[in-house]
Amino acid sequence: MSDLRKLIVDGREIEVPPSYTLLQACEEAGAEIPRFCFHERLSIAGNCRMCLVELKGAPKPVASCAWGVSDCRPGPNGEPPEVLTRSALTKKAREGVMEFLLINHPLDCPICDQGGECDLQDQAMAYGVDTSRYHENKRAVEDKHIGPLVKTFMNRCIHCTRCIRFATEVAGVPELGATGRGEDMEITTYLEHAMVSELQANVVDLCPVGALTSKPYSFKARPWELDKTESIDVMDALGANIRVDARGKEVMRILPRLNEDVNEEWISDKTRHCVDGLRAQRLDRPYLRVDGRLQAVSWPEAFAAIADRVGATSGDKVGAIAGDLAGVEEMFALKRLLESLGSLNMDCRQDGAALDPALGRGSYIFNASVAGIESADAILIVGSNPRKEAPVLNARIRKCWRAAQPPIGVIGEPADLTYDYDYLGAGPESLSHLLAGEGDFYQALSAAERPLIIVGQGALVGDNGAAVLSAAARLAADVGAMSDDWTGLSVLHSAAARVGGLDIGFVPADGGKTAHEMVAADSGLDVLFLLGTDEIAMPPQASLGGPFVVYIGTHGDAGAHRADVILPGAAYTEKSATWVNTEGRVQLGNRAAFPPGEAREDWSILRALSGALGRTLPFDSLAALRAELYEAHPHLAEIDTIKPAERADFGRVAAIGGAIAGPPFASPIKDFYLTNPIARASATLAECSAMHLGPAAEAAE
Amino acid sequence: MAVRRLAETQPESFAFSPDNHAWAEREIAKFPEGRQASAVIALLWRAQEQEGWITKPAIEQVAEMLSMPTIRVLEVATFYTMFHLEPVGAKAHVQVCGTTPCMLRGAGDIIQVCRRRIHAEPHHRSADGAFSWEEVECLGACVNAPMVQVFKDTYEDLTPESFEAVLDAFDRGEMPIPGPQNGRRHSVPINGLTSLTEIDYSDAAAKPMAASAEPAEAEAASVAEAEPELLAAAPEEGADDLQRISGVGPNLESLLNAMGIYTFAQIAAWTPQNIAWVDNRLKFKGRIDRDDWLGQARRFAAETSGK
Repeated sequence: MSDLRKLIVDGREIEVPPSYTLLQACEEAGAEIPRFCFHERLSIAGNCRMCLVELKGAPKPVASCAWGVSDCRPGPNGEPPEVLTRSALTKKAREGVMEFLLINHPLDCPICDQGGECDLQDQAMAYGVDTSRYHENKRAVEDKHIGPLVKTFMNRCIHCTRCIRFATEVAGVPELGATGRGEDMEITTYLEHAMVSELQANVVDLCPVGALTSKPYSFKARPWELDKTESIDVMDALGANIRVDARGKEVMRILPRLNEDVNEEWISDKTRHCVDGLRAQRLDRPYLRVDGRLQAVSWPEAFAAIADRVGATSGDKVGAIAGDLAGVEEMFALKRLLESLGSLNMDCRQDGAALDPALGRGSYIFNASVAGIESADAILIVGSNPRKEAPVLNARIRKCWRAAQPPIGVIGEPADLTYDYDYLGAGPESLSHLLAGEGDFYQALSAAERPLIIVGQGALVGDNGAAVLSAAARLAADVGAMSDDWTGLSVLHSAAARVGGLDIGFVPADGGKTAHEMVAADSGLDVLFLLGTDEIAMPPQASLGGPFVVYIGTHGDAGAHRADVILPGAAYTEKSATWVNTEGRVQLGNRAAFPPGEAREDWSILRALSGALGRTLPFDSLAALRAELYEAHPHLAEIDTIKPAERADFGRVAAIGGAIAGPPFASPIKDFYLTNPIARASATLAECSAMHLGPAAEAAE
Repeated sequence: MAVRRLAETQPESFAFSPDNHAWAEREIAKFPEGRQASAVIALLWRAQEQEGWITKPAIEQVAEMLSMPTIRVLEVATFYTMFHLEPVGAKAHVQVCGTTPCMLRGAGDIIQVCRRRIHAEPHHRSADGAFSWEEVECLGACVNAPMVQVFKDTYEDLTPESFEAVLDAFDRGEMPIPGPQNGRRHSVPINGLTSLTEIDYSDAAAKPMAASAEPAEAEAASVAEAEPELLAAAPEEGADDLQRISGVGPNLESLLNAMGIYTFAQIAAWTPQNIAWVDNRLKFKGRIDRDDWLGQARRFAAETSGK
């Protein structure tokens, strides 16, 4: 205990590590310290002065966020340093700071989107005075145009510089800055270029006042009107924890929720701004293709049409493909339905990734865990662009890189990942070199105690996917990434549904057809169920010998255009469902709003359909479904935990072997903003996408 | 101070001249690997010396040379008021000190002259593009208030009339002699010494009060050149320590040595023509007379020969 320091905070003696700041020590002691510029995940700026506390012996109040416990001197007789957070001096100092902050802050709370959730507003209630001593005009600052997501009201800015520090440190795209100085200091991007980071909208949450607000959400709702539902994001496989704010039946906005193990407190722009996609292009009633055209029908008519087709064929000519956003429950129900029809044709890997649950869970999850990235001391990224596939996870890699500068190697497409890396090559042959022990980076990996090997979906698709995964497993074993307390082989998924689907075995059993075989022209299938499946080449029309396609989904996207029957389902904000993220963490999303029109939750659609097909599934409620699910797959009942992989899994993966050859790896994500039907329906994300395509696209408009 | 933005009209491109580029490379090399951004102020300053002002392409060029985000360079360029973000006068950019001592001594009148002769607003060029002006904070010459700075030189003890004379000289393309414009030397009392009067200033005595020094210097500019006596190498008995002369530092000493000037005796023997010759080569604008190198050298030469 010798490395702890004694400190008296408001008369209460505490012991804290000397590395703590006074602010942390005060919070440890239960004292609340107001702050604007200080943020746990950003560097210390110490410029707002709101966190002033009285330190006995110091000539004036000190900024507690920037004052180290180790900087405090003991009293004259060796008594521990004493901090007063509620003294008259402290209060007066904070009131003085607040008065200065309010000199130039406009009194526009009634028209400010931050109203009701504004740090300045809240703290002015505690430390503000009810009159102003200033008669001069307030400062006027031009608003900046910094992109389609962040709206600026720069009169309100109090120069805390949180946004600048976030862009520079966390997002890794140093595009925000403060020009001028003193009263004329302004937050802006270089010549008001639009921001390009995929995490940029987090500055809206960080801004303690209403200077940076959400452009798509501007003037839409007040925080106290919203019903707040804690849920899980499905835009990427990270499974960021989110809060869905809805007013009535409409989802108004999505905010991040704190989960240190997953997303800390950040979410990507796609997660936040797919909201308008939940309203547009929705399928709100069943449709049936009659004479080549889709016609609105009732649920019984749609079911009858499906029953006709299914009844006219045998089980082995029925197939199902699960999409990227599907919850575990509906995949489980669909699997049970297909099994009862006698079909083995089911697949949740529409990209064709060579991941096989038969090899064990360790072969397809991010074994190192997302939080574990921070302790890696060498990182190899194979066939992935994490910045596009999981931006928040990429921020975690950057955090690790900033803290310890581990060697990072990339095999695949060269891209700006926001950190420096050694580019080792484009494709499988570079992995072979590494496996053969060639090159400096092999030495770096071997020397590391906790090497992390991230295998992206770009490396796993194609004919050699299994061989590449096997090679990565052998490399991991070779460089010591498989020790007792560290498992470095990690698969980074790009689809939220994938790990859950693999967990419940939504893959073809022996003799079953894979997703790509099912959509091929010669599939031989008569009926194909698509559960929100839009990212795959569609099978030929039924009139051209293709299967009868039943699309259960939310948006009028690729799957719905091909469908012969459309059964309108619920989007991820409209149902309670389980998703398993890339690290294998089981997370439960909740319903924030109801599906539109006649749309229903997907599991209940499948339950009703099973009745129409005469194969009634044995559950009448979501609870009953889950009971069955948990019985079959007990680990799915353990919400927010990860069932660790077994050692033997890696041996089985390594034993696959096979030639490591083939074309260069390419990230499956071509356009970060438009990866799923919800995102493609969003006008906001379409604008982001168009902006990212570059000035050429703008000039053409 | 006001909001500082980049000028609306910008040149197409910017490139350091070969000399400046080499200089910039040396400047960057002064900092350890990974800390190249530390050279940003030096490079921006050199860019401003080359172009007269900081242009957008210059900011981008400096950012590229230092591997910095452009916004970081823009932050520096807008933070420091010494960086001009608008084009300045081709002949002179006048920085008028408006801080209290100068204000009390009549900086307001100087600013009125600027408004009348150059432009009603600061940071605007005169109609012919030759002049521009701005008000700045203290330039550290309060004893000679009011004063202005033009490029690297200060013009002190101004009256509206003498300031106009300075502007006239710039307008004619001349480089007016910097320093006090009322005839006094440095900041010595204009009405004669009031203390330390017991010291014998016989050598340099004329100078402290010499109102006549200025005209002499002014003439010096137009005096014909004549090469003084130069030595091929340091004399055998050793070169004199020229740094003893007030106003001569190590840099200047080596310059003088390079020209072939090693002893006090040499300097003491200079004629006005010689002074003009040295002056023009060192680009001193009369500093030899102002600092009374001849008087000092004569004294030191007497000391050394006396030993």
